[in-house]
Amino acid sequence: MKNLLQREPLLALMVVALVLAVGAKAPVFLSGASLANLVTDSTLLLMLALAQMLVIVTRGVDLSVASNLALSGMVAAMLASHSPEAPLLAVVLMAAVTGLALGLVNGWLIGYLGLPPIVITLGTMSVYRGLVFVLSGGTWVSAHQMPPAFIAFPLTRFLGLPHLVWIAAAAFGAFLFIARFTRFGRDLFAIGNAPQCAGYIGIPAARRLLWVYGLSGLVAGLCGYLWVARYAVAYTEVAYGFEFTVIAACVIGGVSIAGGVGSVTGALLGALFLTVIGNALPVLQVSPFWQSALTGLVILAAVLVNARGGMKRSRQILPLNKRQLEQAAH
Amino acid sequence: MNTTAMPTPQSNKPTSRYTILDREAVKLKNVLGRWETLLALLLIVVFAINSIVLPHFLDLYNLLDGTQNFSEKALIALPMALLIICREIDISVAGTLALSSVAMGLAMNAGFPPAALPLVALAVGSACGLLNGVLVTRFALPSIVVTIGTVSLYRGLASVVLGDKAFTGYPQMMADWGQGYFFGIVPREFVVLLAFAAVFAFMLHATSWGRRIYAIGNNPDAARFSGIAVDRYRLVLFMLTGAMAGLAAFFLTGRIGSTRPNIATGWELEVITMVILGGVSIAGGAGTIGGVLLAILTLGVATYGMSLANIPGIYMTIVVGVLLLATIALPRLLRARSTRK
Repeated sequence: MKNLLQREPLLALMVVALVLAVGAKAPVFLSGASLANLVTDSTLLLMLALAQMLVIVTRGVDLSVASNLALSGMVAAMLASHSPEAPLLAVVLMAAVTGLALGLVNGWLIGYLGLPPIVITLGTMSVYRGLVFVLSGGTWVSAHQMPPAFIAFPLTRFLGLPHLVWIAAAAFGAFLFIARFTRFGRDLFAIGNAPQCAGYIGIPAARRLLWVYGLSGLVAGLCGYLWVARYAVAYTEVAYGFEFTVIAACVIGGVSIAGGVGSVTGALLGALFLTVIGNALPVLQVSPFWQSALTGLVILAAVLVNARGGMKRSRQILPLNKRQLEQAAH
Repeated sequence: MNTTAMPTPQSNKPTSRYTILDREAVKLKNVLGRWETLLALLLIVVFAINSIVLPHFLDLYNLLDGTQNFSEKALIALPMALLIICREIDISVAGTLALSSVAMGLAMNAGFPPAALPLVALAVGSACGLLNGVLVTRFALPSIVVTIGTVSLYRGLASVVLGDKAFTGYPQMMADWGQGYFFGIVPREFVVLLAFAAVFAFMLHATSWGRRIYAIGNNPDAARFSGIAVDRYRLVLFMLTGAMAGLAAFFLTGRIGSTRPNIATGWELEVITMVILGGVSIAGGAGTIGGVLLAILTLGVATYGMSLANIPGIYMTIVVGVLLLATIALPRLLRARSTRK
């Protein structure tokens, strides 16, 4: 527990230190507009990282979020372009429901059939990505085909902040509540910590896993609409490779891949950290090709740091030789 | 200490009614129930469908040419199978391949002789695998997270070096190995693949190293307490995977003649699919090289047929994904045995 309490303040400090360090080299980074841009950029990664955090906590992983996002976004974009008079809420709901359905497929295979999450989500990742092509026929949905209300929604300001930031804040609050105060959330931690014991005390693991992957899909669906609307384009390779960035944000935020350990604030800080790095590179005039390598280095560093206080894989319970026997006898 | 002598048996017949054999009896029922048999049937079915539907499929030259598409991936799938049997996974193989290819391009531009290029690729691949292995064994980190980190790192380094350019103008020796033929019809890559498959099969099924790999996959702690140097085996397997990825980089770069930043994208999924389809359990401890070879051939025949039928590549991605899901789900649906511990 003490370890956990020390991790988040340290990560928050690192994020602030990084921002200040970049600001020292390039003061324009610390301007209000730049920081507001930073927060807006981090919203999609944050929402996906929150949902992924719950999945990783159950000892699983959802590699299909990016493809889910792409498919739901394409569904929303095609719906909006074919029937521009449809209300925005209907379009967003359609994207969210598509994402939920795709996530529930994952959840059923993993929860009720008990199949390994990494293999299942690896498979659904490629199936969903292919379905984007099948649905769109390989064509793009570009900005002029989308109704103006569709594109304008994410960045329209409400009380000074873009809708994206409000939605992300609401998602953060909701996930904080789910993870700490609902039976669903607490059961997820129990399933990840000790699955057999969770089964013994009557936690419906299959149902919980079904709905955690469903939730991850739902968030991916919503983010699908937000992504497609924000960047005003929908095509097959939307968010290609983004799932690894999401997992990186979770790992940096202290979520243990072995399950049972993780916090919502950690996911938030991890997402912020990665966004700061991503936004700092052009400001520092570092080639954008370095982003991928830096992300990889940061993941490795984060896992190394987090593993320091981790559990050993096997415990020695019997003395190995005579010397240890004598030492134990004293 | 007094030891009582063991009573010598009067005859060689077992004294109990039931006997437990060391290995499965070679009966038809046992053979038919194995994963490899189902896979062989699937291969025959796919082959037959392709032969009937596609006019130019059954041509020997075409088939042998088609093996080039999967030979490099198959080279990586062989050590990946060993890794997955050991309960580890390596998602960074495509990044290692890209980095090895970039290293070869740099070496070529720096004036290295053509014979040194495969050595450069092997060295870089082994180094990448060594980093993976050290992080997994020395720091006890889960291999999935380590390799997710290293794939970004390696591919990022490759992109940084390449930028938006490409390396071209590789020496003829590489094209000879990547595109060349033995006896005019059999592609060199395929022969190399078969040779390595034989070596890996021998290593896994006929040596004590292979038995120890199965032991590590079945119960790593028990293996450690039995005196198997588990961490050393893991390190060597990661280095081997990296080295084979480097070798695959040599052949792939020779075949396509250039190094671009998007070389081998999505290959991790295909390699893992080949291995899982081949009957290697993701939970570790089970699987054969024969199964992996059959899976490689099945996927190769299926994708080659689809490319002959002019089906876009993205549909192959869907088929590979559906095959992977069906492979995993079908035994569970038929036998109702959960893989969750």
